[in-house]
Amino acid sequence: MEHTVICRNVSKIYRQDAVSVQALTDINLEIPRLDFVCLSGPSGSGKSTLLNLIGGLDKPTSGEITVDGARVDLLDKGALAKLRLHRLGFVFQSYNLIPVLTARENVEFVMQLQGVRAVERSEKARDILKEVGLDGLEDRRPGELSGGQQQRVAVARAIVSQPSLVLADEPTANLDSKTAENLMQLLRHMNREHGVTFIFSTHDRLVMDFSRRLITLHDGRIVDDRKRE
Amino acid sequence: MTITLRLAWRNLWRYPRRTWLTASAIAFVTLLMVFLITLQLGSYDLMVDSSLRIFTGQLQVQREGYLDKPQIRTVVPEALALAQRMRQSPALANVGIAARAQGFALASSGRRSYGVQVVGAEPEHEPRVSTIPRLMKSGRYLSRLDAPEAVVGATLARNLNIKVGDELTLLGSAMDGSVAATVVPVVGLFESGMRELDRQLVELPLRTFQETFGMGDAGHAIVLVAPDLKALPQLRTAVAALLPEGRGLVALDWERLIPGLKQLIQADWASGWFTYIALIVVVTFSILNTFIMSVLERTREFGAMLALGATPARIGVLVFFESLFLTLIGLALGMGLGLLVAFYFSVYGFTYPGLAELMGQYGLPGLIYPKLSFVSVALGPAVILGFVLLASLYPALRIRRLNAVEAMHAV
Repeated sequence: MEHTVICRNVSKIYRQDAVSVQALTDINLEIPRLDFVCLSGPSGSGKSTLLNLIGGLDKPTSGEITVDGARVDLLDKGALAKLRLHRLGFVFQSYNLIPVLTARENVEFVMQLQGVRAVERSEKARDILKEVGLDGLEDRRPGELSGGQQQRVAVARAIVSQPSLVLADEPTANLDSKTAENLMQLLRHMNREHGVTFIFSTHDRLVMDFSRRLITLHDGRIVDDRKRE
Repeated sequence: MTITLRLAWRNLWRYPRRTWLTASAIAFVTLLMVFLITLQLGSYDLMVDSSLRIFTGQLQVQREGYLDKPQIRTVVPEALALAQRMRQSPALANVGIAARAQGFALASSGRRSYGVQVVGAEPEHEPRVSTIPRLMKSGRYLSRLDAPEAVVGATLARNLNIKVGDELTLLGSAMDGSVAATVVPVVGLFESGMRELDRQLVELPLRTFQETFGMGDAGHAIVLVAPDLKALPQLRTAVAALLPEGRGLVALDWERLIPGLKQLIQADWASGWFTYIALIVVVTFSILNTFIMSVLERTREFGAMLALGATPARIGVLVFFESLFLTLIGLALGMGLGLLVAFYFSVYGFTYPGLAELMGQYGLPGLIYPKLSFVSVALGPAVILGFVLLASLYPALRIRRLNAVEAMHAV
């Protein structure tokens, strides 16, 4: 089976002055292509740290991480930026849209970094915004959109360039339950229709119910890993 | 317009008041620089023009070597005839031209004696190349080319204790090495404002000088003054074409004749720039503060951009463009206003209390006209642009140290 993510004996220790914090201990994980995986666990359990390591935003203290065939623990800063740009998508808890750009421009921003031509950018951005249900709102800035709409823009931005993997860190944390459910339906739709692997972290039971695989972390260790129907 | 440029432009206007305040600071310094530099260059023109018009002239024809070693034997032959030919040349119409002879003598009156510079001048034409004939403090200027009379600098007259009507004895060396001596009445005292001239210059009519010093029809210089100093290169070319070949005559411009004046201007220009740079540095630091604030408050945003795959260099370019746009707004405003102010004064002249009275004493205009040219207007803003863009590199480089995860958790 082809795996999008493979973690082998991954540990992460944060050191600040004389204090060391073991954030992750001996994580072993394989996530097949097109999976829809939820990382759950209490605050401080290591969910976000694991997402950051998989996304190449941070380096493990020890162990190996392979994403889409690339050893992210060995790549330098430039190669990691390239990997994130072309093969990964990110959805953040607080959306992190660029406030002075419109919804369409926010989606186009990543494509511009990729060097996609303006006409193609514009077309793709319009199509994906329509697909996430923001038809007619393309020219609004983030401040003129609701939280749910902003998170949809973030999803559109993450998915527009057809990445292999989308990492979503608590994507519904700032949304009400109805909006959160709609968003999860959208993510599942993207997972199926666009053939993208999703890994997201959450505390929310409703969000966990959408996953096909639920991995539970506690004190930096995987304590449960089960497939769901 | 690419999204980066659009983003940079819009980022400027997140806090319009801050942007306008910063742009205004840049505009104010730019305005000052444009005005002060054009005024400074204008004042140099006035200084050069006024200094040259007092005595030296813009251009002099001399025998080669005379400037470095002013010996009485190093002459311009047939000086009066050559000056006359020049005056008749259509290429030198409107140019003041006068022949001169120069020597050194001991001037005596009663019990006092001083070493003086004696100049033989053409009374009819000297007023067109020198302001001394108009700066008579008492008495009158020289009357005829062969009149036995002298005018004397006011300080020298005071030192010799003579006044108009008194006799002055001059004793020196003639061209052939014999003793040159004459006694002439003083018909006027002048005050040029130039200490050296007022303290040691005696003017005689040229023919009187030639007879006294055994010069025949020779002189030492043909002095030329054009209406506009800017025409000096053309004037030099026209004069060079009129010089008889094989006589060893050369046309020397004012920069060769009085190099001290140019050095004085260069020293003043350099000291002026110390002030300007200090001003620019102060403003640059306040602008740098704005740039740093603007970057710090967007740390989370930059963290997200890094996570999305933007390189630090790319974000650095964005910040650099923001600084560039802000600077260009300030420069455009400052240059526009500075040009308006400089243009106004270039038409009506600039003065300050006391300048008109001071300059008027020496027959000089009391107004300074800012010099408008591409260089005078663009130089200050170009230096400001350089400093501000250099300062903007600092926040741009800080971004290189950003860590995406830490940045996204920044407050």
